[in-house]
Amino acid sequence: MNEKDIMIDVNHMSHIYTDENGNDVRALDDVNLSIKRGEFVCIIGTNGSGKSTLAKHFNVLLQPSEGHVNVCGFDTRDEAHIWDIRQHVGMVFQNPDNQIVAAVVEEDVAFGPENLGIPSDEIRKRVDAALEAVNMTEYREHGPHLLSGGQKQRIAIAGVLAMKPDCIVLDEPTAMLDPKGRREVLETVHKLNKEEGITIVFITHFMEEAVTADRVVVMKNGVKLHDGTPREIFSHVDTLKELGLDVPVASEIAFKLNAKGYEVGNSIINNEELAEGLKGSKLADQLVNSNHVAAKVEEVPASELTTDARGEGSH
Amino acid sequence: MAIVLDNITYTYGMGTPFEKTALHGISLTIENGEFLGVIGHTGSGKSTFVQHLNGLLHPTTGTVTVNGVDISASTEEAKKMRHKVGMVFQYPEHQLFEETIAEDIAFGPKNLGLSADEVDERVRDAMKFVGLDYNTYAERSPFHLSGGQMRRVAIAGVVAMNPDFLVLDEPSAGLDPFGREEIFEEIIRLHKEKGITVILVSHNMEDISRMASRLVVLDKGRIVLDGEPMDIFNNHRDALQAVGVDVPPVSVTMEYLREQGLDVSNRVLSVDDAVQAILEGGSHVK
Amino acid sequence: MLNNITIGQYFPGNSFLHRMDPRAKIIATTIFVVAIFLADSPLAYGIVGGFTIFAMLLSRLPLRLMWTAIKPLWIIIVFTMGIHIFTTPGNTIFQWGIINITDHGVAMGLQMAARLIFLILFSSLLTYTTSPIRLTDGIEHLLNPFRRIGVPAHELAMMMTIALRFIPTLLDETDRIMKAQSARGADFVTGSIIQRAKNMVPLLVPLFISAFRRADELAIAMEARCYRGGVNRTRMKELQVTYVDYIGVGAVILVTVVLIALWWLGL
Repeated sequence: MNEKDIMIDVNHMSHIYTDENGNDVRALDDVNLSIKRGEFVCIIGTNGSGKSTLAKHFNVLLQPSEGHVNVCGFDTRDEAHIWDIRQHVGMVFQNPDNQIVAAVVEEDVAFGPENLGIPSDEIRKRVDAALEAVNMTEYREHGPHLLSGGQKQRIAIAGVLAMKPDCIVLDEPTAMLDPKGRREVLETVHKLNKEEGITIVFITHFMEEAVTADRVVVMKNGVKLHDGTPREIFSHVDTLKELGLDVPVASEIAFKLNAKGYEVGNSIINNEELAEGLKGSKLADQLVNSNHVAAKVEEVPASELTTDARGEGSH
Repeated sequence: MAIVLDNITYTYGMGTPFEKTALHGISLTIENGEFLGVIGHTGSGKSTFVQHLNGLLHPTTGTVTVNGVDISASTEEAKKMRHKVGMVFQYPEHQLFEETIAEDIAFGPKNLGLSADEVDERVRDAMKFVGLDYNTYAERSPFHLSGGQMRRVAIAGVVAMNPDFLVLDEPSAGLDPFGREEIFEEIIRLHKEKGITVILVSHNMEDISRMASRLVVLDKGRIVLDGEPMDIFNNHRDALQAVGVDVPPVSVTMEYLREQGLDVSNRVLSVDDAVQAILEGGSHVK
Repeated sequence: MLNNITIGQYFPGNSFLHRMDPRAKIIATTIFVVAIFLADSPLAYGIVGGFTIFAMLLSRLPLRLMWTAIKPLWIIIVFTMGIHIFTTPGNTIFQWGIINITDHGVAMGLQMAARLIFLILFSSLLTYTTSPIRLTDGIEHLLNPFRRIGVPAHELAMMMTIALRFIPTLLDETDRIMKAQSARGADFVTGSIIQRAKNMVPLLVPLFISAFRRADELAIAMEARCYRGGVNRTRMKELQVTYVDYIGVGAVILVTVVLIALWWLGL
């Protein structure tokens, strides 16, 4: 792989701190991870798994005790490049209230570029574009305390966008939000990933968010446990459950049916695949050829029925 | 024993330019022993609603009675009844303030005017209930605990008031699946073993569907649905969608399988139910 | 409980006052506040009042906002008025026991009340029409000359910005903690002063802990957004003095000169 294609490279990195009792704690232990430009990576794990500590290394809020972290080709231990890295890698935090600095939305979005010493008219353009990208233009003169959690997080994302980053690291941005706010944030970062090609590192413990990533990294007790596509990760239903993580409903149903010997397929992660799996399994006869479906088939030709239903199911 | 809300309306900032009516004529009876789920999107009036249950807010019109006593009165009896309704707010760990865990849990019972012995007994009892060993934790500072443990201390502080009714507002917010499971096991035990009537406010449909025996859906300050969760999820999907509330993922999955022509029941509340429904598919009575 | 406070709040708009440079507005307000205390004749009060009303109309803000600015401070106004009414010597117009009201007292009381009201109204106009950031920018610029004698202009301005940003958040938080502790039987309203002060502990401790946690997280977030203090910072809205500022400050100076003249002439 070309070195320029790598956004973040973590090489045998450990993070050690001393707790209140004077003991050394390895919050991160010999982690290796490489994130490519343009990737959408989710890091999952329970509280205390080290996922947030890892994220703070990407923005040089922390520095490795052992090993190296390279961001945009700069070693994070090199003090000379700290501000270059922070400019390229923006960070969004968990609590939407505690990262908004200014009492007016657009002034807050301007905070980052102002720190970079960018000329006023250029800041104005960036702020307008950033608010447009997160769909918050109409709130630009509002006070942040009047916004919903999801809206505040989108403002925080806009604040990072205005610095024109190559990568955005989001540290549990949805943990304090309601389902609507969570959807807003997830849709926004996906859009930025697709349309602007911004690399996304998304830390979460919500499985339904992780399935939408290109790649999922599972952390446990400071160690990287798994690293793969959502399909590879979420088919390991038993290991994830043991870790205290959720899996998609479809995966879990398939896993339990497989365990009972009804081969519905091994790498099912969504409802579409579960339906297909069931139709191709030993259960198919009993489920498909019942009176209930036969009645429907009389009204509509079978081929049309499936396409219709698929169309409905996909949105 | 019941909480009865009779046609309550609540208006914020009465007589000011910021006047806003958050609740419109809500009537509801919460029977003793129920496990009531309350759902609604942000701004539906949920939190205004629950604050009426123990007199933190008094209705602008209408009455709230607990066990037959109007709790907006300023009598001793009304005060006693307000204390029968425990309230666990969102992120309750943010209200901890004492130097030790035991002292923090004792705050409520002390305010009830109990004797030192009784307070001590309540504290021990509550700690046992939330799974914190008295000898290990009583003298520790609550601020050195993990987030999940701090939340359990805060809940213990409310449980120690010996409430007949317990209102919990998003008790699992911000916790990982492990922490969530722990909190909910505790709540289920409070309901089953102590016979406490639970009122659970949550965005998480999965949790509500798993635990609640009755579900109330709020929208724009009104009750739009009230019934058994399974019935609401299966028969009022459109109404739920209209008010911006999600059905539990397992219901979505089963509904999708049915749309795909697979003959399975949609009367499921958990993954195990779903597996069972698939195995019994084609043979269930319509 | 605590959500009707409008002091320090900003209401966006595009009026003459909104367009004025914050520095010009701060200077104009300061001059006018001094001028208010020079007024001591009906004519002078008429001018002060007329100019205040003119400025209020110029802001194109709903007039009820002016009422909300005065409302939380009415106790202070009544108190000040009372002190003057009851303590100023003069010709008795009403007497009941030891209470002795004089004509001079009533006049002084009304004057003081009027001064306070004009003062509150005029300074509210400043905060209503100036976004907190521009206000602090203005203060920072006005303080800049004093940096040489050790006044940390940028730091002060940043502190004010953050304080203004977090006031509503902390008010919400106070409300929430008060309710949570009330639900555990806490009593914040009855008892002796000492008892009540003690009862505040369950409110204040969580509030401080939360404020420190917020401060900590905010500091990290600011660092992540490349904040390095005031050096080399630019601003999205650079302050710029335009003709509106000359007109605005000019008008205030004119009124002040008239008031000084009236005061000088004893009219």
